[in-house]
Amino acid sequence: MLQATTTKTNPALAELAETNLETLVGNTPLLQLQRITRHLPAAVRIFAKLEWHNPSGSIKDRAALFVLRAALQAGELGRGRVLLDSTSGNMGIAYATLAAARGIAVKLCVPENASRERIAVLRALGASLVLTDAAEGSDGAILKARELAAAEPERYFYADQYNNPASWHAHYHTTGPEIIAQSNGQVTHLVAGLGTAGTMVGTGRYLKQYSADIALVAVQPDAAFHGIEGWKHMASSIQPGIYDAALPDKQVAVRTEDALLATRRLAKEEGLFVGISAGAATVAALQLAATMQAGHIVVIFPDSGYKYLSDRMWQPQPAGL
Amino acid sequence: MPTIRIPTPLRPFTGGATEVAITGATVADAMHDLTAQHPQLQQHLYGADGELRAFVNIFLESEDVRHLQGIATPLPAGARLRIVPSVAGGKRSQRAATQLAAGCC
Repeated sequence: MLQATTTKTNPALAELAETNLETLVGNTPLLQLQRITRHLPAAVRIFAKLEWHNPSGSIKDRAALFVLRAALQAGELGRGRVLLDSTSGNMGIAYATLAAARGIAVKLCVPENASRERIAVLRALGASLVLTDAAEGSDGAILKARELAAAEPERYFYADQYNNPASWHAHYHTTGPEIIAQSNGQVTHLVAGLGTAGTMVGTGRYLKQYSADIALVAVQPDAAFHGIEGWKHMASSIQPGIYDAALPDKQVAVRTEDALLATRRLAKEEGLFVGISAGAATVAALQLAATMQAGHIVVIFPDSGYKYLSDRMWQPQPAGL
Repeated sequence: MPTIRIPTPLRPFTGGATEVAITGATVADAMHDLTAQHPQLQQHLYGADGELRAFVNIFLESEDVRHLQGIATPLPAGARLRIVPSVAGGKRSQRAATQLAAGCC
């Protein structure tokens, strides 16, 4: 489990006892896609890292665990302090899940248009929510969290996932080593979407350190107005502090409709009911694969589709709308 | 007069306006008027088939119009519509960018 991976490589974390739940974070399956890749040469293989196997159901457990444990280690949490951050969903669920098991209170600033399932899950886990204006997007939630943290600095530990180095350290110490181990060192390409960029930066740095020949492919929405939950269109956003734009070897832009089509194909052809960001990453992986004669592509699937069922894109559409 | 609130990623296509006054008796009329006033919005809101893109939601006050009468939903005088993407992320607004750059909070 994570303990086996992280505490050996990050001594700072080894000093802090893990909760039973925390031992379940990481070591997610790596599954080779079989049907949507049938048109490819046999030597071109795509493997998906199934991140919903983490306890709270998404890749964000890795970052949340490292943020939480680094804060506890540094004495920034504990003594009744509240973990505060802004989130559009998965990171909040990860914080709330892991913090509940430690008896730590969590307060989250969440855009009001976060899916109903996510808001219900956050409340069930005991998180206190501050809903912010949907029109202001994730940045409106960031501003609100900063305002609360500034007003009562003693009350809150402001986790700041976009700028907290623990967000990428998590992937350097877990996701990267897992991919090398699970692929027997055969991985040639990593395909991952950009949100906080923690996955790409942490995993990418580890893989590059293992072999400079491993290519890193970063994927993002094709426009500022998009429907790929969890991702950022970097050209129109202020970049997260942890993002290293020089790290990826290649950038791919994906249109929401193509991501949705791939998401549906993954469900119907591979039996993988994934979130739309996994579909978007698959679009990029398939485009890349089509240019190759041989290779071992690892693509990150951040979560499953169950938290998105109320989205309009999964509903039957009435005529004219 | 009814108004439509514009989400931050689309404000570059409304000249920076956060709200646009529109005319029309229904949601369909209002959306038609909006894209007539700001034609660049068309490609962001509608697909090539002319249908609203799958992640675009239209709210009348706090209610998704697909839970009312869809685009045929009548608009009362002074109605406030909102365009809301399914995702909860999004581009920083100019106000937010200014505040963040100033380190105000």
